[in-house]
Amino acid sequence: MATKVFMEALSPTMEEGRLVKWLKNEGDAVKNGDSLAEVETDKAIMELVARGEGILRKRLVAENETRPVGQLVGIIAAADENIDALIAGAGAPAPAAAPAASAVPTAPAAAPSAPATTATPVVAAAGPAPTSPAPQGDAGNGGHVRSSPLARRLASERGLNLSGVQGSGPGGRIIKRDVESAATQTPAAAPTPAKVRVSSGADFDDVPLTQIRKTIAKRLSESIGPIPTFYLTAEFDLSRATEMRAAMLEMGDAFKVSVNDIVIKAVATALSQHPEVNAHWLGDKIRLHNRVHIGVAVATDDGLIVPVITDADQKRMSEISAETRSLAKRARERKLAPEEYTGATFTISNLGMFGIDHFTAIINPPEVAILAIGASHDVVVSTKDGFAVKQHMSVTMSCDHRAVDGAVGAAFLQTLRRLIENPLMLVF
Amino acid sequence: MAKKKSDVQSAPGAAAAQSEQKPSDADLNRDLLHSMLLQRRFEERCAEAYALGKVGGFCHLYIGQEAVSTGAMSLLRPDDYIITTYRDHGQALARGMKPRNVMAELFGRIDGCAHGKGGSMHMFDKSLNFLGGHGIVGAHVPLGTGVGFAIKYRGGDQVCVCFMGESVVNTGAFHEALNMAGLWKLPVVYVIENNRYGMGTALERASAIHDIFERGAAYNMPRAVCDGQDVFAVRTAMAEAIERARKDSVPTLLEIRTYRFMGHSMSDAVSGTYRSKAELDEYIKRDPIVLLRQHMQEHGQISDEDIQKMDEEIKAVVQDAWDFADASPEPPLEALFEDVLVDTTSDAMPAGT
Amino acid sequence: MAIITYREALGQALREEMRRDDRVFLMGEEVAVYQGAYKVSKGLLEEFGEMRVVDTPITELGFAGVGVGAAMVGLRPVIEFMTWNFAVLALDQVLNAAAKLLYMSGGQFNIPMVFRGPNGAALQLSAQHSQAFESWLAHIPGLKVVTPGTPYDAKGLLKAAIRDDNPVCFLEGEMLYNIKGEVPDEEYVIPLGKADLKREGEHCSIITNGKMALVAMQAADQMKKDGINVDVVDLRTVRPMDTEAIYASVRKTNRAVVLEEGWEICGIGTQVVDYIQRNCFDDLDAPIIRVHQADVPMPYAKNLERAAKPDVAKTIAAVRKVMYLD
Repeated sequence: MATKVFMEALSPTMEEGRLVKWLKNEGDAVKNGDSLAEVETDKAIMELVARGEGILRKRLVAENETRPVGQLVGIIAAADENIDALIAGAGAPAPAAAPAASAVPTAPAAAPSAPATTATPVVAAAGPAPTSPAPQGDAGNGGHVRSSPLARRLASERGLNLSGVQGSGPGGRIIKRDVESAATQTPAAAPTPAKVRVSSGADFDDVPLTQIRKTIAKRLSESIGPIPTFYLTAEFDLSRATEMRAAMLEMGDAFKVSVNDIVIKAVATALSQHPEVNAHWLGDKIRLHNRVHIGVAVATDDGLIVPVITDADQKRMSEISAETRSLAKRARERKLAPEEYTGATFTISNLGMFGIDHFTAIINPPEVAILAIGASHDVVVSTKDGFAVKQHMSVTMSCDHRAVDGAVGAAFLQTLRRLIENPLMLVF
Repeated sequence: MAKKKSDVQSAPGAAAAQSEQKPSDADLNRDLLHSMLLQRRFEERCAEAYALGKVGGFCHLYIGQEAVSTGAMSLLRPDDYIITTYRDHGQALARGMKPRNVMAELFGRIDGCAHGKGGSMHMFDKSLNFLGGHGIVGAHVPLGTGVGFAIKYRGGDQVCVCFMGESVVNTGAFHEALNMAGLWKLPVVYVIENNRYGMGTALERASAIHDIFERGAAYNMPRAVCDGQDVFAVRTAMAEAIERARKDSVPTLLEIRTYRFMGHSMSDAVSGTYRSKAELDEYIKRDPIVLLRQHMQEHGQISDEDIQKMDEEIKAVVQDAWDFADASPEPPLEALFEDVLVDTTSDAMPAGT
Repeated sequence: MAIITYREALGQALREEMRRDDRVFLMGEEVAVYQGAYKVSKGLLEEFGEMRVVDTPITELGFAGVGVGAAMVGLRPVIEFMTWNFAVLALDQVLNAAAKLLYMSGGQFNIPMVFRGPNGAALQLSAQHSQAFESWLAHIPGLKVVTPGTPYDAKGLLKAAIRDDNPVCFLEGEMLYNIKGEVPDEEYVIPLGKADLKREGEHCSIITNGKMALVAMQAADQMKKDGINVDVVDLRTVRPMDTEAIYASVRKTNRAVVLEEGWEICGIGTQVVDYIQRNCFDDLDAPIIRVHQADVPMPYAKNLERAAKPDVAKTIAAVRKVMYLD
């Protein structure tokens, strides 16, 4: 019994989805619950999972194509099952494919095509031409490198990137011996100085206010407004970021990233190491968030709006780039859903494109800090053999002193500097 | 089909235990009345506490059966053993457990006799040899046999009284336990509190024989039946059985016919499909407390003022138990993992201790 | 150091503990006059008399409860089940009485007793007489569950079980009664809850218990000839489980096979695998494989029974698989 794979409503509001990447090749065996493809919804990239068992016999949509919810995108069936009729029916939306999020279309395709028993190959009626199977190899498992938990731990301890390691376990799984032999060939990278933080596993941890914290909050509030703000300014060297952007651009438009994308990724990464800054001031306690949701201030005709990139620390730069563009565009079109501009744990405001050298931004409570990004500009700096022109960018962080002390903010900026000035660490 | 008091009679081969002599000892009778009235007032407040949500879970009241617990306990020595079912508040109080600790247990508080881990169905007091209320129908009867075995093993002259409802006689555990007690001649008094209904199933609908004390014949065990609303009748029958266990190490199966004035538990109807209001009213006329009070009044052993005063005192004791339980803290969360196992092992000691 | 059978080791433990403490008595079917269905209690009636070596009717629920009642008031019963298959009739007393009285009474009544008897399949006894019950019992808080695999362990652990102030389920192997092993002449007691490393190797861990310890050792010895050296971690006590011993071995070898006598679903191995994945996730270089009885009632026919049982060949195959050799 064949199982039809439909474009599913992977978010409550999704009407169509772009198939970003197939995670299974035609001919691959799939089990119920296996991820078949990455699909970009109106909000994020989600995984489309198999609702049945068998062989992925047919992929009816090419990567990067968009299909409405309910449309047949693939067929899972036994190796010898005749699926011609099903292919012929592709393109017609499944009749039961209501846009309701939970509906998994299971009704038989009602397209007026050849009877299911036909043995004659039928050309797909309205659907796109079936694509040829993706090449075997990396793409075959969705870009994931299969490796044992031990191999991953050893690689991380030795600063080894597993993507370059050849796996000798079943199905190419990288196991301990592969890491060990790779490690003897590759000089170890500098150990990542990531701060180990023990979190509860929840989305956030509430920290009760200590006496000293309460006193700081009270005294400083008396001194300045309801939010006792102080400002930290730093200049970052963008040379390497610029080089990286240029190198990526040479690889094609798909790899184009903006300085802003790099900044968002860097800030998110730094926040995951500095939870004190990724926090909310709640009056009687400080909420340290274990997820990093970055608000990005966008100017619209109606005024400022701050769409949110959720879990930005977990996303690849390309995802952040695509999401930022999409959010900003829809913000200007006033098409953002409420959940898309609420829930930020930290905000970035960038006025660099308006030629502002540096500025101070106003904290959006209950967040405890905001980062203001100025325009990048050339500066002449002294080097050991003379002078050089470097591209610099000025950033200013406004901090709520009730929650964040100067040293804490400074430590965060230090991490951020290391990341922005060595942007390869962001893709590591 | 309502079984009247006239049905309470001895059968051939059974030792008849009717209340022929009613003790004229005014002090003893006052103690008996006090014990029964304490159970009654205590459980009336249990019902209230249950309705207020202060007591949770299953809560089986004993109201109407007090003459059984009081009559039996009044004859036991401090070193004798008692084991019973989940309908255990009355027996716990009659044995001498403090109303405060029983109520605190019902409230699920730290000062409860089991520190809030047992609840209504599981009252325990090691210092009183009160071996607990047990929740699986019939399953505690072999434990009672085991206590009898231990007494005999040590060569002691204690007695174990094992209480159970009449529906227990249809369980395998009952049969297995009584067979061994009869076989090994163990000093156990098996007391069937026949309150006529196993939850909502009448005895006649559950047991192939209706004079269930006769089941003792299958275990070569002396057996008797008595009126459970008459505390003197209970004492007479129990005295004989206890004597037989203590002196001769011979078990007895004693059926005590009583009646439950309340529903099976607090979550069950008092009457309805399984028994009529008329039947209930008929039995309530033989309230064991009223019967004892009338007897004492007829014999000039107690005045109306004395009764009034005793009732007020008992109500105050129960109120104090309520206040105590209400003020007692909930068990600390650390207690969750305590008392699952002990971390001790034995040092050899003589069995006689 | 004497070489004696598993059966004799158990008998010695009973005798020594009954001599040591006169609160200890043995009760069960055929333990006295008949000298024990499996002759574990041979000679005890003569030494200790019929009050301490007690024949019962066939009444498992009843005499299990008698044991609990006696334990409540201070005796230290050893209740023998002719097999654990019959003990299911008494499970209520183990689960609802022995295991819970301490907790339900708020710490007032501990139950110092042992339920013991042969467990698991023998040969061609068919479905009702061939079941391994350790996972059923290990599920229950308030119990300790012990499964000795050698004469040495049987004696030392039974002595510890009798001395323990908690209810202990002691599962012997019907097929083990005749196996022989070294047992010291001097007295010894093996603490409950401690695993034993029965073979040492660096390539893979076999984690097992009870009768399967023997299978694991045989598998280990065979594989050694091919240059595969495995740890055999014999849990000995499955509740409480010696998790530290499991972790130490898995962290050394980075691979594990979990071998048990009983069925797959919710078995002892399920728990072992869970402990490993929670605490040794980053130490694993391969998925864990379990070896267990086929998920069917035990068949009678010789060939089917053999196919259903875990054995040396299946264990070796599992080890080779987690080592990526096959």
